[in-house]
Amino acid sequence: MAARNRLIALAMSAALSLAVSGCASQEPAATQPTAGGSAAPATIKEGLKIAFLPKQVNNPYFDASDNKGGKVAVEEFKGVYSQTGPSEASPSAQVSYINTLSQQGTDVIVVSANDKDAICGALQEARTAGAKVVTYDSDTNPSCRDAFINQASAEGIAASQIKLISEAVGADGGEIAILSATANATNQNAWIEMMKTELAKPENSKLKLVDTVYGDDDDQKSFQETQGLLAKHPNLKGIISPTTVGVAAAARYLSTSEYKGKVQLTGLGTPNQMREYVKNDTVKSFALWNPSDLGYLAAYTGGALASGMITGKEGEKFTAGKLGEYTIGKDGTVLLGDPFVFTKDNIDDFDF
Amino acid sequence: MAERIAVKAAAAGGRGTRLRSLAGSWDAALLVALVLVVAVGALAIEGVASPRFWRFVTLEVIPIALIALPMTLVIITGEIDLSVASILGLTCTVMGQLWLWGISSLPVLIAVALLIGALLGAVNGLFVTAFGLPSLAVTIGTLALYRGLAYVVLGDRAVADYPPEWTTGAIAAIPGLTIPWMIIVVAVLAVLFGLVLHATPIGRGLYAMGNNAEAARFTGINVARTKFWLFVATGAMSALAGVFWTLRYASARADNGNGLELAVVAAVLLGGVSIFGGRGRLIGVIAAVILLGTLRNALQLAYVPANTLTIITGSLLIVSVVGPNVAGMLRERWRRRRPATPLHQE
Repeated sequence: MAARNRLIALAMSAALSLAVSGCASQEPAATQPTAGGSAAPATIKEGLKIAFLPKQVNNPYFDASDNKGGKVAVEEFKGVYSQTGPSEASPSAQVSYINTLSQQGTDVIVVSANDKDAICGALQEARTAGAKVVTYDSDTNPSCRDAFINQASAEGIAASQIKLISEAVGADGGEIAILSATANATNQNAWIEMMKTELAKPENSKLKLVDTVYGDDDDQKSFQETQGLLAKHPNLKGIISPTTVGVAAAARYLSTSEYKGKVQLTGLGTPNQMREYVKNDTVKSFALWNPSDLGYLAAYTGGALASGMITGKEGEKFTAGKLGEYTIGKDGTVLLGDPFVFTKDNIDDFDF
Repeated sequence: MAERIAVKAAAAGGRGTRLRSLAGSWDAALLVALVLVVAVGALAIEGVASPRFWRFVTLEVIPIALIALPMTLVIITGEIDLSVASILGLTCTVMGQLWLWGISSLPVLIAVALLIGALLGAVNGLFVTAFGLPSLAVTIGTLALYRGLAYVVLGDRAVADYPPEWTTGAIAAIPGLTIPWMIIVVAVLAVLFGLVLHATPIGRGLYAMGNNAEAARFTGINVARTKFWLFVATGAMSALAGVFWTLRYASARADNGNGLELAVVAAVLLGGVSIFGGRGRLIGVIAAVILLGTLRNALQLAYVPANTLTIITGSLLIVSVVGPNVAGMLRERWRRRRPATPLHQE
């Protein structure tokens, strides 16, 4: 009765919204790759459909890499850019989006993996359907993708984090702790392992890692975990938070607490999030690669792959627009460069 | 027309008949909505009509469907089980750990998984029936407890090196079709649960418990024992979903299926099962599971962003869950007011 009418109305409006969005999907079709031709083409084909699939949407870091980097690159070589993805960082939700992208006939899928194995099957299926797969930020198993854009080597990141905290804490050293993202983030855990190796070196012998906590890339949880760390370790001298959400939350807590200036903080953060805390002396320095450059390089790599300029083999060279020439390393990895250190002196030169 | 007749029949037959006819029309409306969404989707969105689309939808809804079957029965008795996704996660990690320890027989792994799921369900059942605690509180507790245990088992590791024939076997298609063969397992189980619910004294007992547990007890139904076994069944089915999850994603992790309990409860409620118990049918729930899966995937294919998608499914659920209740309340008020008027005039 009334309920039925309501449901029919609902179904109709759902159907209507389907129809409307269906129209939006009829974008210009990508030009099909022409088969044959022995020599590799010198330029990226026009009209390539390049989709970015971050760990989750609504994340400022991925907005910088995708919308301020990837999009710029795709527009430079006249492709069709899109960003899509789940609102929560879960591998199964990503699988669903990969399936959709492969069905939409996407030429290049640029993905940051929430799990290095769980999305493999879907990626393989997409590649069988003709898509090139580039991972960035967080890799999958090398067999599941064509290339991986590494923001910085794990060694480089770990070394820079330890160097920055060591400088901030001073010659006397002391207890330090790590505030990470989720307990199963592949990249975070790799960095933490490398940091431990770095701490074992004689020059870092005065630094003692006492705890590792997880803020789950959630602002409030990271804030509370910072609070917890300081309560638990009264002698704590420094915190490393190699995650943009974590380091900003920790900085916010420190800047309004009695620990400001006494407990040092460094990590991987974005200039816009950290500007205030660098200027009010809560944080002396922090590091990050330029996420926009990361997305930019990923888009160019994907474009070059889909145009047949490169295949992802070690030693192949290609030019990524304004960033210049890159060489593909072992296992199809392309290294963006060393992490960049932001301080009070240079932070105002950046806006992301 | 049919509505008027239904109203009259309801008025004559009293509350029970009216509720039953309402539930009946809800199932029909859901099926109509499902057909509509599929038809409009197939016409308006490129790719919805393709067999591949239905493969993806099926793969996605299988775990939800598996858990929704027992959940329907649980909610009809007036209880709820929110720990299902955590049981799924814990089962996955135990399976992964056993594999790491060298147990390489799939039947053994599946049997152990089902056993563990049943045990975890039995813990829920015991708290609810033996100690008389509300299932909402108990299963919120075990939701956290089981998920925590899952992290104890595997920590932040993922176990992914299963034999390829297992992982491809789990999602293999029925020969000649793109639809995975697992759907046959789901269908058989659906028929079984449907028969129990709609064609046996046990099923009638479940409705009785949902409407009035006290009265059900007086008619000789063993309420505690029935509920206990329902929780055991829910645990085992969640474990089965966990086995499928592990093989489908080739990855056993402590966070497998995180948040899935909400998808399941949402499907059951959209399927016309009353959150207060005593009302609802399995056919509606199955239609709702497929409807939600289709809608999600179709909208995704139509470039609808994740945020909009969440808003759409959320609104759909609010309307479907709140709608019938508000409509019922208004009708009740209107019915009561009418005889009241002449009394006032006297």
